[in-house]
Amino acid sequence: MSRLAKIGAWFDQRLQIAGAIRDAAAHPVPRKSASWWYIFGSAALTIFILQVFTGILLALIYVPSAAEAWNSLQYLNHGVTMGWFLRAVHGWGSNFMVAVVLIHMCQVILFGAYKFPRELTWILGVFLLLMTLGMAFTGQVLRFDQDAYWGLGIGVAIVGRVPLIGKQGVQLLMGGPIIAGDTLSRFFALHVFVIPGLLIGFISLHLLLVLKLGINDWPMPGRVVRRSTYLKEYHELTHKDGIPFVPGAVWKDMFFSAAIIVSITACAAFFGPFGPSGYPDPTIVQTVPKPDFFFLWLYALLSLLPPQMETPILLIGPVVAIGFLILLPFISGEGEKSWRRRPVAVVTLLLLAVALGTFTRLASYAPWSPVMNAWSGDPIPVNLLNGRSPLERQGALVFQGKQCRNCHAIGGSGGKRGPALDNVATTLTPDQLVRQVLQGGGNMPAYGKNLNPAEVTALVSFLETLHKANQPPARDAANVALQPAAQPASSRTAP
Amino acid sequence: MSQPPATVQETGETAEVSRRALFAKIGLLLNGLAVMVLATPVVGYLLSPILRGERGQYKRWIALGELDEFPEGQTRLAKFQNPISGVSDGDTDHIPCWVRRIQGEQFQVFAINCAHLGCPVRWFAQSGLFMCPCHGGVYYQDGSRASGPPPRGLFEYQYKVENGHLLIDAGQLPTLSTTASLAGRRNGCQG
Repeated sequence: MSRLAKIGAWFDQRLQIAGAIRDAAAHPVPRKSASWWYIFGSAALTIFILQVFTGILLALIYVPSAAEAWNSLQYLNHGVTMGWFLRAVHGWGSNFMVAVVLIHMCQVILFGAYKFPRELTWILGVFLLLMTLGMAFTGQVLRFDQDAYWGLGIGVAIVGRVPLIGKQGVQLLMGGPIIAGDTLSRFFALHVFVIPGLLIGFISLHLLLVLKLGINDWPMPGRVVRRSTYLKEYHELTHKDGIPFVPGAVWKDMFFSAAIIVSITACAAFFGPFGPSGYPDPTIVQTVPKPDFFFLWLYALLSLLPPQMETPILLIGPVVAIGFLILLPFISGEGEKSWRRRPVAVVTLLLLAVALGTFTRLASYAPWSPVMNAWSGDPIPVNLLNGRSPLERQGALVFQGKQCRNCHAIGGSGGKRGPALDNVATTLTPDQLVRQVLQGGGNMPAYGKNLNPAEVTALVSFLETLHKANQPPARDAANVALQPAAQPASSRTAP
Repeated sequence: MSQPPATVQETGETAEVSRRALFAKIGLLLNGLAVMVLATPVVGYLLSPILRGERGQYKRWIALGELDEFPEGQTRLAKFQNPISGVSDGDTDHIPCWVRRIQGEQFQVFAINCAHLGCPVRWFAQSGLFMCPCHGGVYYQDGSRASGPPPRGLFEYQYKVENGHLLIDAGQLPTLSTTASLAGRRNGCQG
């Protein structure tokens, strides 16, 4: 017996866990389940360990105080050797973790792995997903910059919409009357103690269940799950055609985990840490807050929901969604596991993926937000001013000066809140333009009080020049006789 | 194995176990009581953000500045130190607001937070509009909703004029349910 083995034996005589570990490692898995499709759970665990590790390292420097947090992040980025890199690994690790957990969940749905007898494993998984998202949000708050401050404000405002207990919820969330030091402290406690503690507990139970119940068998069309026969069938499958988890399947997990760690490290090294953006002083109002990547879809949803539906959907939507996820294994705990025989599951998943992808893409350029500095930053294209009358040029000045550009693009730059106006003259007659400017409507504010008649005349005469050379501007057929000036105006179009 | 014959032994054993079980239950009860004694202050500690609010500690009259700082017919950004501040607030307790002096001692003081989801609205004097950078809410100069997703107009602080100074009743971040210290849009000028 070698010296190492003797030491091992000494410990195990007291601990008596070697047998249990050996059994767990050698537990049989169905031969087909030792697949590259079954690697996402272990990858999520690997990233979680990486996050705990880098999180503790960051906590050596980070100061959870609203007065110091931002400075300590700058110090981490610029003052501490490799501090920027650890921040980057933790930040990219967070993105990878959310992504891998979501992929893991999709795989579990497509493979019917939540069905009998793995209902509880699934339910724990739903909570693990929620906690992962909770970690992503609280982590974004700890990066205490302007995005974090105003992002918190959005969270608070959503809680403020809860009927009856909204006020108390808001005060509890902020730890006081405003977003300030106490708010950051409680999010620090959540991010560093409460949620990770729960995560460790839930992950342990989740893993224990995987060991006790066995990994999901590879779904075969026609192999139907029945509560009465499944356990016996699974036992036969694993014992007649099973291989030990170690080393039969574990090498794929290890390969993928290593690949994930390398990917996170590479992203961290190439792209660097996230922020911090501007200093968190609420009196700096020249800010355009934006959420982190995994909450962009929510940003889009909040912008696009009709106002009257917003509160009900915001408050009832999550309850329904989480409730559905928890009830899923009870709604369809038996039956086919193969995605080939479960079109509803596949289509639902695809729809969700397309919806979330579309919302995320929309939010990347946020067409609903006014571009706050377009009026002063984006000049009118020169070709739209060449050969124009003084009145029309004056109108262009009004167009810029009254911030129309913040919502309306011309020549490809400007806001996308309202329609681009490059061809507005072909769709609205001069009278309609005047009415639209003065009264607004269709989501446009009324400018009646902020434009004098001369400005309106100039503005509309400029807008009248906005059409393609071969497209005549719109005219009110009934009133052609009243508009003798229309003809020359239309012939003087852009080259 | 033979059947355990002695009923006497059996009853004796159960009697002994039930006495220990009784002590175990009493022990459980004592721990329950201890936890409850401990829990009361803990709950108070956790609910302190609500309880302090209930005691009306979140609302004070704050001076925003002298009247001369706010020219008639203009809307200007003003800043104040939040009356309730913690030890580690940094600059987060510096709160901005938009002050519109209509004429004389007639004001409107708007919260910076969009009524939709709390983002900082910006005033554009040229077009007389407040615009929100987040989800596209727009308000007119009197704070009423012009367009976009906000469900109401801008939140407004109550104000009063004393000794040539403009004061507002402030202290709490306005949301749709914490507007208690803020006036509705209609009675903003009652001061």
